Amino acid sequence: MNNVEITDAVLVRNYMNGNEAALSTLINRHQHRIYSFIFSKVFDRDVAEDIFQDTFIKVIKTLKKGKYNEEGKFLPWVMRIAHNLVIDHFRKNKRMPKFDNSGDFNIFSVLSDSDLNAETQIIKDQIENDVKELIKELPEDQLEVLTMRIYKDMSFKEISERTGVSINTALGRMRYALINLRKIIEKHNLVLTN
Amino acid sequence: MRKLYTKKQSKKDELKNLEPSKETIQFLLNYSKNLRIVDFQGIKFESILN
Repeated sequence: MNNVEITDAVLVRNYMNGNEAALSTLINRHQHRIYSFIFSKVFDRDVAEDIFQDTFIKVIKTLKKGKYNEEGKFLPWVMRIAHNLVIDHFRKNKRMPKFDNSGDFNIFSVLSDSDLNAETQIIKDQIENDVKELIKELPEDQLEVLTMRIYKDMSFKEISERTGVSINTALGRMRYALINLRKIIEKHNLVLTN
Repeated sequence: MRKLYTKKQSKKDELKNLEPSKETIQFLLNYSKNLRIVDFQGIKFESILN
């Protein structure tokens, strides 16, 4: 009885040396884990199938080009490729959102108005004015850093040069400014959301 | 009310028996067989043989 299973590393080497059957063994060995991993992220069989296929196309190309080095393990490497392709899929879908065509076509499922309406604009202005008033309660050094960072959009390097303190001190002041601002908001029982 | 005689699979069960289709596997194996990488002056070219 032959209990010795050929390791992934050996199969990869055999495949790189031209043994096509080694790829079949590798796919059969790991297809369930890789496919399940992809499906658990996308929850769509067709999409999972596409990503699985693209994953192995990348694997095949890399191995055939001799670019694979057996530093890590084969399966984690393939899983990493699959993971990156899943991320690419979600990024692409974000740019081109699909509309739900299960029922009647609704044009507003593909079109949206991201501009604020009059009411939300008034609320936004009100919140911004409230925040401007609130930050006046902060200690002078924290107020200075927060104003430069948020309202003047300066980097912490620029802030440290302007105020004559180290970057770490500027970062610390910003941190305390935000903590204190939260405390002030809680003290006044304010709700600053749109 | 209409009775449902099928048991809905839980997410866990659904993940248990997941595998890509045979066509996908066959496509990959054929793709691998047909793919040739040609190295020319350090540049690697891919070609698919039919």
